[in-house]
Amino acid sequence: MTKAGTTLAATATPTYAVRLPRRRGIELALIVLAVLLSVYGYCAVGLAKTGTVPPGAAGYGAGLGVLALVAHLAVRLRAPYADPLPLPIGVLLNGIGLVLIYRLDLQTPGDRAAPAQLVWSTLGVGLFILVVLMLRDHRVLQRYAYVCVAAALVLLLLPILFPAVNGARIWIRFAGFSIQPGEFAKVLLAVFFAAYLAANRNALAYAGRRLWFMQFPTGRVLGPIVTIWLVSVGVLILERDLGTSLLFFGLFVVMLYVATGRTGWIAVGLLLAVFGALAVGRLEPHVHGRIEDWLHPFASIDAGQGPNQLAQSLFAFAAGGVLGTGLGLGHSVLIGFAAKSDFILATAGEELGLAGLSAIFLLYGLLVERGYRAGLALRDPFGRLLAVGLASILALQVFVIAGGVTGLIPLTGMAMPFLAQGGSSVVTNWAIVALLIRVSDSARRHYDGQVAP
Amino acid sequence: MTTGYGRRRGGMARYVRRARALCALLLFALLVNAARVQVVLARSYDDNPANRRNSIARYGLPRGDILVGGVPVTGSRDSGEQLRYERTYPQGPLYAPVTGFASQLYGTTFLEHAEDGVLSGTDPMLAPFPLWNDTGRAVNPGGNVVTTLNRYAQEAAYRGLGSRKGAVAAIEPATGRILALVSTPSYDPSQLSGNGAAVTAAWSRLNGDPEKPMLNRAVRQTYPPGSTFKVVTAAAALDAGVVTDLDAPTDSPDPYRLPGTTTRLTNEGDGCADASLRAAFEWSCNTVFAKLGVDVGAADMTATAEAFGFNDTRLRIPFTAAPSTFDTSVDKAQLALSSIGQYNTRATPLQMAMVAAAVADGGLAHPPYLVERTVRRTGETVGTGGAGQVRQVMSPATAVRMKELMVDVVREGTGTNAAIRGATVGGKTGTAQHGLGNSGVPYAWFVSWAQADDDLEPKVAVAVVVEDAAAERSDISGGGDAAPIARAVMRAVLGF
Repeated sequence: MTKAGTTLAATATPTYAVRLPRRRGIELALIVLAVLLSVYGYCAVGLAKTGTVPPGAAGYGAGLGVLALVAHLAVRLRAPYADPLPLPIGVLLNGIGLVLIYRLDLQTPGDRAAPAQLVWSTLGVGLFILVVLMLRDHRVLQRYAYVCVAAALVLLLLPILFPAVNGARIWIRFAGFSIQPGEFAKVLLAVFFAAYLAANRNALAYAGRRLWFMQFPTGRVLGPIVTIWLVSVGVLILERDLGTSLLFFGLFVVMLYVATGRTGWIAVGLLLAVFGALAVGRLEPHVHGRIEDWLHPFASIDAGQGPNQLAQSLFAFAAGGVLGTGLGLGHSVLIGFAAKSDFILATAGEELGLAGLSAIFLLYGLLVERGYRAGLALRDPFGRLLAVGLASILALQVFVIAGGVTGLIPLTGMAMPFLAQGGSSVVTNWAIVALLIRVSDSARRHYDGQVAP
Repeated sequence: MTTGYGRRRGGMARYVRRARALCALLLFALLVNAARVQVVLARSYDDNPANRRNSIARYGLPRGDILVGGVPVTGSRDSGEQLRYERTYPQGPLYAPVTGFASQLYGTTFLEHAEDGVLSGTDPMLAPFPLWNDTGRAVNPGGNVVTTLNRYAQEAAYRGLGSRKGAVAAIEPATGRILALVSTPSYDPSQLSGNGAAVTAAWSRLNGDPEKPMLNRAVRQTYPPGSTFKVVTAAAALDAGVVTDLDAPTDSPDPYRLPGTTTRLTNEGDGCADASLRAAFEWSCNTVFAKLGVDVGAADMTATAEAFGFNDTRLRIPFTAAPSTFDTSVDKAQLALSSIGQYNTRATPLQMAMVAAAVADGGLAHPPYLVERTVRRTGETVGTGGAGQVRQVMSPATAVRMKELMVDVVREGTGTNAAIRGATVGGKTGTAQHGLGNSGVPYAWFVSWAQADDDLEPKVAVAVVVEDAAAERSDISGGGDAAPIARAVMRAVLGF
């Protein structure tokens, strides 16, 4: 697209020193394992709650298995060199999420979320297959950077036209479905940031005036990106979705740092973050309450009003201990509202224990690491930044919500990738995995023998 | 700052690695924090009273049962709610003074409280193997509590009291096993089992009731024992050698002027002046026993009373009983009144049953107990009751003479209503005045023991107290109101 981009792309097409193994068999084996683990969890819930294997176990396993196999075939067909880990990890996390939601459904007979989640998961895998089949080369996306950013802004602005749900204007509802457009916007913004930074990173890093200890790029280069960022964050503050706001902010800072290598960006980013947090914390009672809850999670108990959601969440994690109560045997339903979405991790923590929770964290860690690994192996800056951006979205999102429900940082409403109830989130995360597959396929197909992907 | 294309290429990979390291740091923070919450702080979070999990676990399994004569007098009902099992009491009012209640809102009392660990399943002794509970998360089903109660004695006492206010305690003299423990008016503890609005209403109704149905009069209410305390005084006099011959005159005036005062103590009947101990006991002469108490002296009176169990604050049966009192710092006038069961002398019905039992068992006092043993659901014994220290209250010779005195009361004295054909019965009546200027309705007492003719030893000792506001004042007497109830309980135990 730009001159710098093409030059770099050209230099990054060297001779293929080694032909890497494709490792599709490993992927298939891991997918089978992931499906079996999910079916096992599903049966364990049934055995614990009713003493019988749930009647839908075979259908559930078959459904999940077929979805995963079709996805695997798509990868085999169009991305044969892709990293074998992201797809099985996605299947396993999605499977565990369905099991946990099904398990909570048993205690809330009036509100069944698992069937809808299964439909959304199917849509998500469908999108995954579509992306893997249609998108032959990730560099194509570079051409649509400005389309992406325009779409992202429209998606972010759309919910303002719809009524607020639970204090946040982040949903649009029609025909019985509720969609969170901000989820999709994350990926689109990551694509835009990657494309823009890849094209302008030299200008960002080396042009401009030197002020005090760091170099400031010229306004012409920095202007558009800061504007986009400010608009997106502003919209989010208007919509009261601070988790996503924090995520965009972190994504922006990480990508800017990776693109330019300027430590100053991190300093500026942190300063802005602290300033923003203080301002919002003071001005917005909703956020102020969250910070108070984080500092004193049991204040509502002392005040005689019973435990709040965060306290209930902490109780749930504590009840799990090291080994957990076993699937279906915990009482995380006491959390009440949002037990299946924002607080889904508490169910995992209580019923699978520290052992299971750590395993889930490590699965996320592995997925993120594979993203970074693909980024390291890629030679083109756009692909590299895209991989880093997508992996960072996952990492930051997991940290923000998992840290929130375990009392590490103030709680902000956000979906645990793949685990939490929420259609938009599942579909978006499958899109992220699809892009990681595509990027890693490029990385390993064009392996130059220098950095092992 | 160095510049150049090469630095840029290598540089970006380095920045990616640093970003990756940041993510690893975030992951590490999550893992450490998860360990903090789930391991380090877990115990304090688990024990937080606002955490409902303990209640859910507690009521998640049916509670163990309390057994009388091999038959459960408690049950559990699946409410289908979050706190799943609720307590039921098929014969609630009859056994309420023994079982107490097990409420999801108001906790537990009496046996439900004292044996809660066994009944709820948390007692580590219930684990099938040592340390089993520490290694796994197995939840033991609640164990059962086998009581010492005699169902027929309990029913006879409850029926005997009927609609009157009072209490009965019966024990087996040779062991201290409690055979009956009844308090009326009673209540149905089932009303308090759940956690709904009906339970709250029942709780405030029962607590506001002037008749105090939740008061366990048999062990938690002390009464002035009146003339029944003369058993203690007589035993002290015999043991101290103040009286050596039951039939010798006691050199006591009628009326008796309380030492150091001008108050003159009189008797209800005639013939108490200079009466022998036998006659004075038979006809319950206040003057004789007041003087005997003074002659024995405060130290010996206290020693005997405390050997019987008075002033014992540590008695557990296994729930606590209100301590019966005998004032230890008294002048002679107060000692005289104390010795006839007045002044600050107060006793629970259980205490007076212990007095009768000590006489019946040759002067030995066995600490009373209600729990024969605790067992697992599968039947193995995990604990036994009745390991208390036996005390020698009086010499065996004194006990023989005390039995003689008590038998005379039933044969030809104030206690003829308690006589049982085919058994030897010893007893003592009491009518305790109380209130300002003795204006209150008096309490009718009867304490006794019984030995069937073909038994080797007395099988039952019983104490009955009736406080009856409905009866005519003059009609209330130990012999008239209380003795028939004691007789019914003794007959039930003897199997007549």
